[in-house]
Amino acid sequence: MMREWICAILLISGSLFMFVGALGVVRMPDLFTRMHAATKSASFGSVLMLCAVAVYFGDVWVIFETLLVICFIFLTTPVGAHMIGRVAYLLGAPLWEGTVIDELQNRYNMRKQVLESGFHDSATQAGNESKMDNHLNETK
Amino acid sequence: MILQELTLIKGAVLFAFFILIISLFLAFFRLARGPGLPDRIVALDLIVSLAIGLIAGYTILAEQSVFLNTAVVLALIAFLGTVAFARYLERSWL
Repeated sequence: MMREWICAILLISGSLFMFVGALGVVRMPDLFTRMHAATKSASFGSVLMLCAVAVYFGDVWVIFETLLVICFIFLTTPVGAHMIGRVAYLLGAPLWEGTVIDELQNRYNMRKQVLESGFHDSATQAGNESKMDNHLNETK
Repeated sequence: MILQELTLIKGAVLFAFFILIISLFLAFFRLARGPGLPDRIVALDLIVSLAIGLIAGYTILAEQSVFLNTAVVLALIAFLGTVAFARYLERSWL
């Protein structure tokens, strides 16, 4: 009985976390905030639901398999999110107008793909901006 | 059958399914509308996470722990798809 209650609570809370993630993906104004909503809360929700499976069955093999999936999710979700965010920033995805700080602005050399501290000379800066203008999202 | 007597756990699974299906509709909205390819990749990633949750719920509902293998495979495939899309964007437009 106790196990069933724990399992039900895990299932419902996991699905609610996923719902929050989906709501954030629809409602957020910006690609990066959308990604922040989607990756964290959705992966946490799926981890909670897998924990519910592990609690429900209580078998050694099932627990091992759910732990495998959980480890895999926690390993791969940050890597995938980082790659998408990096590529989107390099492609010049528009930031939300209320963005407070863009720390990579004028510090990331787009051509050599290295992060440079300090300021560029005007030539590389102009090169960056013209490169940024070329590739943009489809709808623009 | 599955729904002959509605226990606590089955009711919880059905409620979770209801919420997950609403979330799937929201993610599909972003997938169809999202301005730009990275938004669509994010929505696709979210859809795969939702599918893993659905598989977990169905594993409990059917009381067959074999279905969990699908979740393993889906987690692997999702990561591969995300990385492939990101590399494709990077290689083709940069």
